[in-house]
Amino acid sequence: MKNEVERPVDRHVLALDVNGEPTELLLPVHKTLLEVLREDMQLTGTKHGCELGECGTCTVLVDGKPQLSCLLLPIQLEGRAITTIEGLARGSELHPLQQAFAELGAAQCGYCTPGMLLAASSLLESNKRPSGDDIREALAGNLCRCTGYAKILEAVQLAAGRMT
Amino acid sequence: MTETKTFSVIGKPLPKVDAASRVTGQAVYADDMLLPRTLHCRILRSPHPHARIRSIDTSAARRIPGVQAVITGADLPVKFGILPVTQDERALEHEKVRYVGDPIAAVAATEEEVAAAACDAIVVDYEVLEPVMSIDAALANPKDERIQDYGGPNNIHKLVALEFGDVDGGFARAEHVREDVFFFQGSTHLPMEQHSAVATYVDGKVTLWSSTQVVHYVHRALAKVLELPMSRIRVIGAAHGGGFGGKTDPFAHEIVVAKLAMITGRPVKCTLTREEVFYAHRGRHPVLMWVRTGVTKDGRITAMHFKSALDGGAYGSYGVASTFYTGALQTVTYDIPAYRFEGCRVFTNKPPCGPKRGHGTPQPRFAIELHLEKIAHELGIDAVEMKRRNFVKPMTRTVNWLRVTSCGLEECTRRVMDASGFRRRERRPGHGMGFAISSYLSGAGTAIYWNDMPHSEVQIKVDRGGVTTYCGAMDIGQGSDSVLAAVVAEELGLQPRDIRLVTADTDTTPIDLGSYSSRVTFMAGNAALEAARKMRALLVEAAAAKVQSAPDSVMVGGGRIGDFSFEEASILAEARFGTLATAGSYTPPKIAGPYKGSGVGPSPAYSYSACVVDLDADHRSGLVHMNKVWIAHDVGRAINPLLVEGQVEGSVYMGLGEALMEEQTFRKGLHKWPSMLEYKSPTFLDMPDVKTFIVETDDPEGPYGAKEAGQGPLLPVIPAVSAAVFDALGVWIDEVPVTPEKIVEALRRKEKGEPPRYGPPGFPDIPYPTTIKVEPPPKELDRAAPASI
Repeated sequence: MKNEVERPVDRHVLALDVNGEPTELLLPVHKTLLEVLREDMQLTGTKHGCELGECGTCTVLVDGKPQLSCLLLPIQLEGRAITTIEGLARGSELHPLQQAFAELGAAQCGYCTPGMLLAASSLLESNKRPSGDDIREALAGNLCRCTGYAKILEAVQLAAGRMT
Repeated sequence: MTETKTFSVIGKPLPKVDAASRVTGQAVYADDMLLPRTLHCRILRSPHPHARIRSIDTSAARRIPGVQAVITGADLPVKFGILPVTQDERALEHEKVRYVGDPIAAVAATEEEVAAAACDAIVVDYEVLEPVMSIDAALANPKDERIQDYGGPNNIHKLVALEFGDVDGGFARAEHVREDVFFFQGSTHLPMEQHSAVATYVDGKVTLWSSTQVVHYVHRALAKVLELPMSRIRVIGAAHGGGFGGKTDPFAHEIVVAKLAMITGRPVKCTLTREEVFYAHRGRHPVLMWVRTGVTKDGRITAMHFKSALDGGAYGSYGVASTFYTGALQTVTYDIPAYRFEGCRVFTNKPPCGPKRGHGTPQPRFAIELHLEKIAHELGIDAVEMKRRNFVKPMTRTVNWLRVTSCGLEECTRRVMDASGFRRRERRPGHGMGFAISSYLSGAGTAIYWNDMPHSEVQIKVDRGGVTTYCGAMDIGQGSDSVLAAVVAEELGLQPRDIRLVTADTDTTPIDLGSYSSRVTFMAGNAALEAARKMRALLVEAAAAKVQSAPDSVMVGGGRIGDFSFEEASILAEARFGTLATAGSYTPPKIAGPYKGSGVGPSPAYSYSACVVDLDADHRSGLVHMNKVWIAHDVGRAINPLLVEGQVEGSVYMGLGEALMEEQTFRKGLHKWPSMLEYKSPTFLDMPDVKTFIVETDDPEGPYGAKEAGQGPLLPVIPAVSAAVFDALGVWIDEVPVTPEKIVEALRRKEKGEPPRYGPPGFPDIPYPTTIKVEPPPKELDRAAPASI
């Protein structure tokens, strides 16, 4: 039998800061941040595409920087600020990037969109007027199969223009 | 275009109706669902490409704490398949496995890890058989046994041989004849979302939420395999994370979770791993092609003979249709007066192939576009001009009886030629430009299973709470919900945001055949138009009666019906007529030709595209850098130009992926790269600028003149890339993908004085049956084209 089922599971109480909400959870230490967000916190806006760090779909922000939640363990993240797609809008007011993505059709199936938006928001935090190449570089780790990236590029540029 | 139409919604670049839920992460995809008491399902899959199953022992798995149910093929023995002629799959195989990944057993457990461990604890005793891994091997006598027990000889699944017009006479008349062989490697859809399904069994009814493109076909398959009446099954399309054809078959996991929910009485969920998605596949067939064309001195086609051999994988899937599609649409772009098509699909021990964007037509499009380039090159005439001389004309019938109505080929060509400066292109080493055209269906003219019913149905309800539109169509991200809302809003004088939508739910929505074959805008759009016009008539009549005026004096628009607000008018109409409910449906015209196999190819309208690509190719490394793509697409009319552009840009992207890098290939039965890192697909950095031109030809039968946009624009990109590589380096890459190794090898051959080409050496002998000869349609059908419905 390859998988040992009745292995002892090491559980820890972890204090996480997700979208500005402090949360205490009792978690098995091997659970990834992606799994914890989706399964223990019902933050299902964070998607999984490969669970191997290859597709960018599960991107979240840790202290404002894009990270792949499928490759992170929550035990590494105590005291760090985690932002998911649920934390991007201010109440019912969309973030300028979300607004631009909606207006320009930059989200088709929408599955890569949360990761794409978070990676783009991190870019705009550090680079207020990114060039096309800056955007391509910043989002190169986020795959999208629907849009051909064209409308995403336009939407990031539109949002950047509106935010300055 | 005789009348000038003015619209308030149609033609406006409006955001999708579900855009906000997509950008906020609130859309609920199947895998986002977690109902109380959900059990998690994992499926045990074959590690062998070809084996008989001697026995399956699940006793150890059943003893694992947390395991609630274990099922095998004995629990689901009824076979299914998307086409009525190929009911060759089981949800779980208990006699024989035919590819690595074939499902054998399934476990429902309290946690996914427990289910996985239980799968590992199932003991299967296999008698390993010799796998058949190539077209050549499938054509040969099998060493052990055949993969399937139908078709034949050997591992041949399907053979087709059709001839239209006088082909021998056409070749005799030709002043120049050329033959070429091409190979198009298989590729997979790679949707960002893995397939996922959740089932419940409550009050004797199965409910399934799934990431599917067609709730109706899943509904049918569940009823058949579970042996339940369709009335006791409900299939709901969850928010969809991308299909591209890959979620058009009913899948094992959908049936398995339903069965496990029936056994356990608890919700059961199964999400495939990314590796399983690569093996679930149903993607682009690898196709070997041979084409021979006769032309006059000035490049007019006199006859064409086209042969295809499709590597189908282990099961039928859509394969019979795919086979016909490799031969059907050549005539829809070029006027071919005499045409012979011989097609063959073989079974191999690989994941089944099926429909991927363009279904069976990108492969022959690649072949004939390059083949015509080579003919023009040999004749010393301009390839674009030669192709133009052969363009089909609007309102004609092709030699294989396909009815062409609106056709924007000329305008598409003119737009991309002008914008790209193709004829003035810079001549520097390694720089090249390529041109190609294509066409695609706006929905298949015949259903997957034969019936006389409509292909799409829409109901509209109006009451004090507003307008609700019901349709079985599944929005897979392309925006079909937004199209429905736009059509209904336009007719009722409202805005799309005023239209509530209920779609893709077999309990509550009338049937639509789903998101495949680029059918939804055309078919569901027409059904919605009919339903909305009936509703508009009721509202107008009530509003007119109230002020004692004639209905045709009542203006509809801007949220008003004549003198009344929409809400006031709806109250007047409900008081006058009772419940306000209207229905509309769409049945394609019966235009298939009088021959067996004529059901594949007819469509109520064809879209047209033309494309120019600009690239640099390095003669030392073979690396290709895409500079720019110009694409013009005849969409008939853009109901929403923003969404049309999105479909065109996405098609260009996917075409570039197939042209340059994507390959679904196998080693010893195993996928060579079943991960998103190793299966190369274009990233943001790989995508060039795309300049899109929307061409409107106002199709006589499309809703507001609209045709498809989701698949056709992929097709010309691939041959245009290979043509551009020839333009850049003087070598023909007759094989997709056009990789650096192939370019370098072709250049090496050129240097040695060999033919400057990389591609398949030849085409095998295939025992095609006696050709069925079909008389071309009578000429008088041409002008009668749109009226003959």
